[in-house]
Amino acid sequence: MAITERALWTMIHGMGFGALYLLACSGALLELHRLTAPSTQAPTPAQQRFLNIYLITMALLAWAAVLIGAYVVYPWYRAVPPPGTADLAMFPQRLLMSNPATIGWHSLGMEWKEHVAWFAPISITMVAFVFIRYGRDLANHKHLRTAVLSFAAASFLAAGIAGFFGAMIDKYAPVQGGQVIQLSQGEEK
Amino acid sequence: MPNTPAIPNGSGAAAILSAGIACFSLAVLAILGDKLPALKAPLTFSKPTGPLSGVTTVALLIWILTWAIFEARWRQKTLALARVSFVALALLVLGFLLTFPPLADLL
Repeated sequence: MAITERALWTMIHGMGFGALYLLACSGALLELHRLTAPSTQAPTPAQQRFLNIYLITMALLAWAAVLIGAYVVYPWYRAVPPPGTADLAMFPQRLLMSNPATIGWHSLGMEWKEHVAWFAPISITMVAFVFIRYGRDLANHKHLRTAVLSFAAASFLAAGIAGFFGAMIDKYAPVQGGQVIQLSQGEEK
Repeated sequence: MPNTPAIPNGSGAAAILSAGIACFSLAVLAILGDKLPALKAPLTFSKPTGPLSGVTTVALLIWILTWAIFEARWRQKTLALARVSFVALALLVLGFLLTFPPLADLL
């Protein structure tokens, strides 16, 4: 069992930070809604502290996902092949664009994903800041609470769009190459 | 029933409005970087990443700068948050729409 260095980074970006972020989103939305609802009891200091740490961790996950995506994986994706290159397997963007059946994964999928993904860390950083600053008092700020929940949901949507297109693009034109990392030696059965 | 807020809403207003501005700016910069060839090179802060590096870095700078300015001005104030919140969410929705390539291509 082996994996290339580029595939490993793509996995860390998408299945690591990105997927963990998406998993964390539903919990954050639920807890933010529950702990700041005007009708519920005030959260205990431990609950408040837990959600503070949870939201900071989410912000770190989101920033790690977009920064690795933009500065580590994306340059491999958009690499330009030398003139006359017939095998485009190492040039995912060009590989997608070379076929009418796959070009949309780049022209719609990647073009949307590469920009909208940044809404996730921006939104969740803001949500974390506001929750840490206001805590339970958010229940007394109706419009602020609504805006914070909306941005948290938008962050989920942005990460979902990026995650979906990332997975589909990697299915049709995987980022590969670099050093091969041997994970285990298989045995014939 | 909600109680009287203990903390003025200015700080929260600054945070949500600047986040909305950041998302909208990112979308506008992405369109400008795509449509105006003259902007491609100046927005290429990192050659391997291309114009995306400049688009996102400038949007993040706009975010941090507007946040700092609003925070300094509004921190101790209570604002008409319904209006600020509406503008912030409108900018966020516009940001989503303008980053969607079929819509961005119409401009």
